[in-house]
Parts: sequence; C-alpha cells; structure tokens
Amino acid sequence: MATGNFETTIGLEVHVEMQTNSKLMSPSPVHYGDKPNENTNVIDFGYPGVLPVANKGAIEFGMRAALALHATVSPFIRWDRKNYFYPDNPKAYQTTQSQTPLGTNGYLDVTLPDGNVKRVRIKEMHVEEDAGKNTHGTDGYSYVDLNRQGTPLIEIVSEPDIASPDEAYAYLEQLRQAILFTGISEAKMQEGQMRADVNISIRPFGSSEYGTKVEMKNINSFNYVRNALIFEEKRQAEVLRAGGIIQQETRRYNEPTKSTILMRVKEGADDYRYFPEPDLAPIVIDQSWINKVANELPKSAGERQNEYVSDFGIAAYDAEVLTQTLAMSDFYDATVAAGADAKRAANYLIGDVNAFMNKHQIELQETQLTPEHLAGMIKLIEAGTISTKQAKQVFEAIMVGEDPEAFAKKNGLVQISDPAILLGWITEVLDNNPQSIEDFKGGKDRATGYLIGQLMKMSKGQANPGIMNKMLLEELAKR
Amino acid sequence: MSETTISQQEVAHVASLAKLAFNDSDLKQFTTQLDSILNIFETLGEVNTEDVEPTYSVTENVNHLREDVADNWHQKQALLKNAPLEAADLIKVPAILDGEGE
Repeated sequence: MATGNFETTIGLEVHVEMQTNSKLMSPSPVHYGDKPNENTNVIDFGYPGVLPVANKGAIEFGMRAALALHATVSPFIRWDRKNYFYPDNPKAYQTTQSQTPLGTNGYLDVTLPDGNVKRVRIKEMHVEEDAGKNTHGTDGYSYVDLNRQGTPLIEIVSEPDIASPDEAYAYLEQLRQAILFTGISEAKMQEGQMRADVNISIRPFGSSEYGTKVEMKNINSFNYVRNALIFEEKRQAEVLRAGGIIQQETRRYNEPTKSTILMRVKEGADDYRYFPEPDLAPIVIDQSWINKVANELPKSAGERQNEYVSDFGIAAYDAEVLTQTLAMSDFYDATVAAGADAKRAANYLIGDVNAFMNKHQIELQETQLTPEHLAGMIKLIEAGTISTKQAKQVFEAIMVGEDPEAFAKKNGLVQISDPAILLGWITEVLDNNPQSIEDFKGGKDRATGYLIGQLMKMSKGQANPGIMNKMLLEELAKR
Repeated sequence: MSETTISQQEVAHVASLAKLAFNDSDLKQFTTQLDSILNIFETLGEVNTEDVEPTYSVTENVNHLREDVADNWHQKQALLKNAPLEAADLIKVPAILDGEGE
C-alpha cells in the first residue's frame, strides 16, 4: 500500500513458543501459569559447569513448522551463542542457530483482504531459547521469574515481501493458523506464546533502494502490530516530506495513543558476538528423519477445509469455522469418525458447543464433552429415538460428561415411533373428536393442529412427530 | 611487542557490552594484557589452514539428544537461596529498563 508517493516495505520476525514437555536445553517442565521459578534448575539458572543436552522433541517440532511452511530442513545444524546481558537470561547468552538455521527458503501463501493471494517468502527459521519474564516494580527493583527461560521457540523470519499494515495482519493471522495446525503450539496471544518483531521502511515509488528500517520488538497482538505500522507509515512519510531523514532506531508501540515512541537510536549493527556453542553436539538430519516427522504432521487447515466441503458436503464458511483451531477440527473429525452425521455434527459444534464455550469462557478441551458422546446424541436424533427438542436436554447432559443414551433412558426421553402404538393413540383421539374430522373434511387445516396437540398430550410428548403426522393424515383420509 | 592486535577503543566497546566501566588506567592495563593474550593466538596464523574445515566441536558426537520428557529437579529453593536478593519466589534485581534485553 502506498502513503502519498511512498511505498512501504515490512519484514516480520515471529517467535512462537513450542509446547514441548520439557525445555530446549534442560528437562524442566514447560508449563504456563505455575508459581514463579517453580520450573527451573541449575541449567536454566545458567550455573557454571552444567552440561545441557538439546531436546529432540523441540528439534522435531521445529521441523514440523519448517515443513508446514514449505522450508528446506537443513541437513546439519550446530548451535551458536548470542551474547547479551539482561536479567531475564542469567546465562548471558541465548542458544540459537545463526549460521545453520533449521529451515530456509519457505513461504506462506497469504489470502489478502481483497481476496488475492500473495506469497510471502520465509527467509529462515531457527529453534532457540525463550528468556524469563521481568516484572518492574515501583520500588527501584525488577523481579525475575525464570519459568519461561529455556522454553523452545521457533523464530520465523520473513523476507520484506509485506507491503502494508493490512498485509502484515493477514500474514500474522494465517501464519498463526499454519502453526496451530502443526500441533506444536496453541499460539495463545494472551499468554505471549506468539510475538512479533516488526521492521518497516518506506521509499519513493520506483526507488531501487530500500529506505532506512525502523524496528519494533516483541509486540504480542496482531492489532497492535497493524496500528504500529499504520502510525509508522504516516510518521516516516511526514519526516521525508519535510525533508528529514529516517534514523535507524528501535521504537515501542504505545496502545493508549496508538503511536510509536522512540526507544533508542541504533548506531551500527547490534553486537551480539555470536560464536559456536562448544557444549552442544551438532545435529545431522537425514531424509528418513524428515519423512518420519512429515508423517506425524497433522493435515493443514486448508486441506481439512477442502475435505469438509467436498467429502462431507459442509458449507465453505462452516468449514472455515471448524478449522479455526486444531482442537476443534480434530474433535469434529473424531465425532464424524464415531458415526455422527457430518452436517449435524458441524452444526452442533459451530452452534451449541461454541455458544457453551463462550458462555463459560473455556476451551473445547476444558469441557467434558467427548466426540463419542456428541456422536451418540446425533445418532439418537438420526434414528428418531429422540426428537431435536428432547436433544436439547441431552445436549446439556453430555456437556457435563453424561452418556447420551443412558441419560435419555433415565429421563424417559424416548421418542415413540412404533406404528402400532401410534395407531392406537390416533384411533382413540379421532373417535373422541368427530367434530375435528368434519372440520378437516371441510378444509380447515387448524383441525389437524388440534388433533396433534391431543396426541402429544396423550403420548406425553414422546410420539415421533414425523411418523405421527403422516399416519394421522392417512387415518383422516380413511374416515 | 611488534604491533597491537586490539585497540583501547575495542576494549572499551567490549567492556560496555559486558556492562563494565573502566577508568583510563584500567583500560590501558587491560588493553596491554588482552593484546599479549591475542598475540599468543596469533601463532596459529603460522599454520596453513587452507581447505581445513573450522572445528566447532572437539568430540565426534552428533545427535546427542534428549527425549522430550519433563523432569522437575525441584531446585527452586536452593537456587533462590543463591540469588543476591529474592522476594515472593522471584529474583530481585536492581530496576531494569524495558527493551534493553533481547
């Protein structure tokens, strides 16, 4: 997109925390929300003499991300130390790959707001360590929790192919979905599991050289990224129009004013004094290992949407809703596999189940619903054993973990479809209401409504309305 | 000593990266000392290393990896005891400014 006579160039470095069981270099648990420093050991604290060993699961998760983004997985990886001093990392260096990134030359096809698809190239991807968390007190101290220190991250570096704040937003959203469907992370923004470093420059149209980049680090909301970029695009254009020059600087996004604030001007490149990590063995990745990981990689959201539409006859929009999270999509697949009608299962998940999750502010995994129970209820409806009205009660029961069939039986929620029983009721009602038969023959449609009401009362609401209607009309015709 | 391999400015730069502040006489002393150390390494320049792959690791080990199994060693209390200051299970450090870290 253009601002005046300028074109915009945006590059994004996205960090996603990978939800392995243990940390990248130590066996401490990776778990959000525990008491401060609960999940730390001497390795995480950077004690001298510890000998860290890399986590195979983190390498494989990184390979999943690389494969999902069509990147080439490097056949050989060694680790590097990126040195910096900050209390959130007591080792004073981050273990990363600077020379041999795990993945290179990938891409993500991004559907833009106008419906066009743009290929954003991914330059490289590294597996590296996250840092701990600082809380800044008002008492002249900062407080450090190292639970997050050492959590494996996958860093995804795009080429500067993004040309507007809206494109950046679309890229982030679709990158998040791509990562979600690798099963390596839930990429929860509110828990900081996905964060973006953003750089943006503008240049006069037709200029062959990029403008000077301005960088913003660690933004953990896609909206903030978009707002920060909108502000920067405008600010930089104003500076250039006034004859000024853009300084290479790091800025910070400030949400209340939706603007960016100068943090520091950069003189020359950051000096991280990278050097090869001597304590860790290099990793050789052969094709059979890549194949094994590729086999474990869940299907992408796009593949699943296509299947839902073409194999299950689900509307495209519904297929999109079902693939918003891997958990929902997996749940849907399991429900259909358990014998549920695909359309009914989709409707329940998109409608009632989503409403339940929203009402209680919980994730699907946190409910007591199982695919087997949802399928069981749907099968009861399909078989005519319960009516859709009775299903409402059954639904509430399965949401709190009850078995649908047992619940329906226990509560007399059984639809009666046996023609012999229905015929008995119909005959009795017709015999008792000769006037209604006359009304019906006289063309009064209301008469059937009255008769059905009587039948429902007689059957205590258990008569199968479809079958009963049909039989009633047949019997009326005979009179 | 023939030629210096490190300048006083470089020593000052490395010191600032390490968050260390030295006065002029310290700087001079460390420059001389670092220079002697680096000169010892210079002797490596006498070896012909053309077509020799850099050595990153001295063991022949590759793929020395750990299965992804969590194991909490429960060292928190001992580790916090070693922290200069702690409060409410957090490590207490002099105030730091946001954004200076990585």
